[in-house]
Amino acid sequence: MSWLLALPIMLPFITAVVVFLLRKNGPASRWISVGGCAALLVVAVALLVEVLRHGVITGQMGDWPAPFGITLVADLLSAVMVVITAITGLAVAIYATADIDARREGLGYHALFQVLLAGVCGAFVTGDLFNLYVWFEVMLIASFGLLVLGGTKAQLDGGIKYVALNLVSTVLFLSGIGMLYGMTGTLNLADLHLAVARIENQGLLTVVAVLFIVAFGIKAAVFPLFFWLPASYHTPSVAVSAVFAGLLTKVGVYALIRMFTLVFTHDTAYTHELLLVIAALTMVTGVLGAAAQNEFRKILSFHIVSQIGYMVLGLALFTPLALAGAVFYLVHHIIVKANLFLVSGVAKRVTGSFDLSAMGGLYKSSPLLAIIFLIPAFSLAGFPPLSGFWAKYLLVKASLDIGAYVIAATALVVGLLTVFSMTKIWAEAFWKPSPTVEAPTIGLISGMDRLVLVLPMAALAVLTIIIGLFPEPFVAFAERAAGQLLNPASYVQAVMGASP
Amino acid sequence: METVLAVLIGVLVATSVYLMLARSILRFVFGLVLLSNAANLVIFAAGRLTRAEPALVPSGLSAPVASVANSLPQALVLTAIVIGFGLLAFALALVFRGYQVLGTLNTDRMRIAEPVDSKQSGEQPSREADAR
Repeated sequence: MSWLLALPIMLPFITAVVVFLLRKNGPASRWISVGGCAALLVVAVALLVEVLRHGVITGQMGDWPAPFGITLVADLLSAVMVVITAITGLAVAIYATADIDARREGLGYHALFQVLLAGVCGAFVTGDLFNLYVWFEVMLIASFGLLVLGGTKAQLDGGIKYVALNLVSTVLFLSGIGMLYGMTGTLNLADLHLAVARIENQGLLTVVAVLFIVAFGIKAAVFPLFFWLPASYHTPSVAVSAVFAGLLTKVGVYALIRMFTLVFTHDTAYTHELLLVIAALTMVTGVLGAAAQNEFRKILSFHIVSQIGYMVLGLALFTPLALAGAVFYLVHHIIVKANLFLVSGVAKRVTGSFDLSAMGGLYKSSPLLAIIFLIPAFSLAGFPPLSGFWAKYLLVKASLDIGAYVIAATALVVGLLTVFSMTKIWAEAFWKPSPTVEAPTIGLISGMDRLVLVLPMAALAVLTIIIGLFPEPFVAFAERAAGQLLNPASYVQAVMGASP
Repeated sequence: METVLAVLIGVLVATSVYLMLARSILRFVFGLVLLSNAANLVIFAAGRLTRAEPALVPSGLSAPVASVANSLPQALVLTAIVIGFGLLAFALALVFRGYQVLGTLNTDRMRIAEPVDSKQSGEQPSREADAR
């Protein structure tokens, strides 16, 4: 059982070591990286099946009983996040075989990528607060490396801002851990759930909770802490920004959801109200920021910020339906957003630019790419029958149910503005005639490259359609996951009662 | 002792915030060094400061005899120091490389990734131009 929990962390690390040793041998390291991701997907699905069958599963590392040792825990949310990490990882690894040049491969792109996946998986399955910090750091140092790999001016410029703000966030996180430990004497999340109820000074606990909101808020890129994201996400290689866009901010959202359903539920009138305000402002500023941009990946970056608002909204409303919406949104968003970044990379290769004014004619030259763009783009905006529609539907319905009409209206208007941004990209990059004399053609990309670039994009697009057409099992799953989050009894019992 | 540590942490945080608000990215990194040390002291203080023996079990026994100090905060601080050291070493190298490539440490001039003069965005181009 605990092997199944440790494997999603161990596999990428093992792959990382192998591809690092083979980094001078391009093709070998490339395909071993893909193979590692495929193996990760198999393990992740096995973990999900196990959790579906037996409920929350735990593993005490080194056989130290909880709360003294480090516990790995997988409930439905953790398990599905690991699966979606593996899917994104596999898609990007395949895409990277054609996207990453030999120089970046030689510098160790694949190894850093695998370490990043290990960090993300570790953050999802850990049941220990300090261990979560360690996984954040693993993830962070790998992302630093990936971001500046290649060392162009823009990358260093964006990298400095990314590194600076994320380091501040980790220090705040660390201080929060210190204070929480000082008050409760434990770091195990399940034990913390029991311990915070015994604290006399609940006011101080709220202060610490806000410290965590700020620390995770920087990671998740919520308003007013998101500035590092649009400053850096458009600078690295496409295969890097796609995995960042898909996974990194979502780890912050996951950490918020975990902490504010399991530990900080003592004063929801204050903390979750604060999260609600943050969510609304994040949605609005993100989408308005995107409207002002004119560069493919910058528009997408601002939309990450805007979409994070929806997920935080689901947490802030704190009803079963809203949390189910947040879980559904997390999964849907990772697929869609990573896919849009992958599309931007192919569009860049065909037209030679990310700048919308210099792009054009893509619909005529590569209709398949146009269709693959349209599916995630409209899903992001929330068109039926795509996955984004159901995600937004759940959240809007949850807000209407508790009479939060303003927030429901905000969510709908932001969806409308998302359509505006997506149609802007569509009109500029795909519809209008190419501004250059020579029309762009997908024929510029060789056959093999074209296959490995299109395959992951098409697969992710198909996944979006499947979730959209058959939402029922996915919604039912999200509701079960939300039920587990709102009633942590089974989680706590699995962790604390698993050992003698 | 707690009071002394609290004051020390306060001074460290105040100094680091002052440094981090500077325009020079190098000062920002120095501020970050101080801030991470302050966080380490927070953890250390949170583990209670007691006069006790080291958490060692004498040979032949299965439990320590006297009351021992809480070794968990020390382990946490040690981990945090190691991680913080690695991250700060990277940050310093990045800033140095940035200085070599971008030719400046002034954050106002670091606008390559987000150019102000391009026709897009219109995020306060005039104000930025004045600042130069």
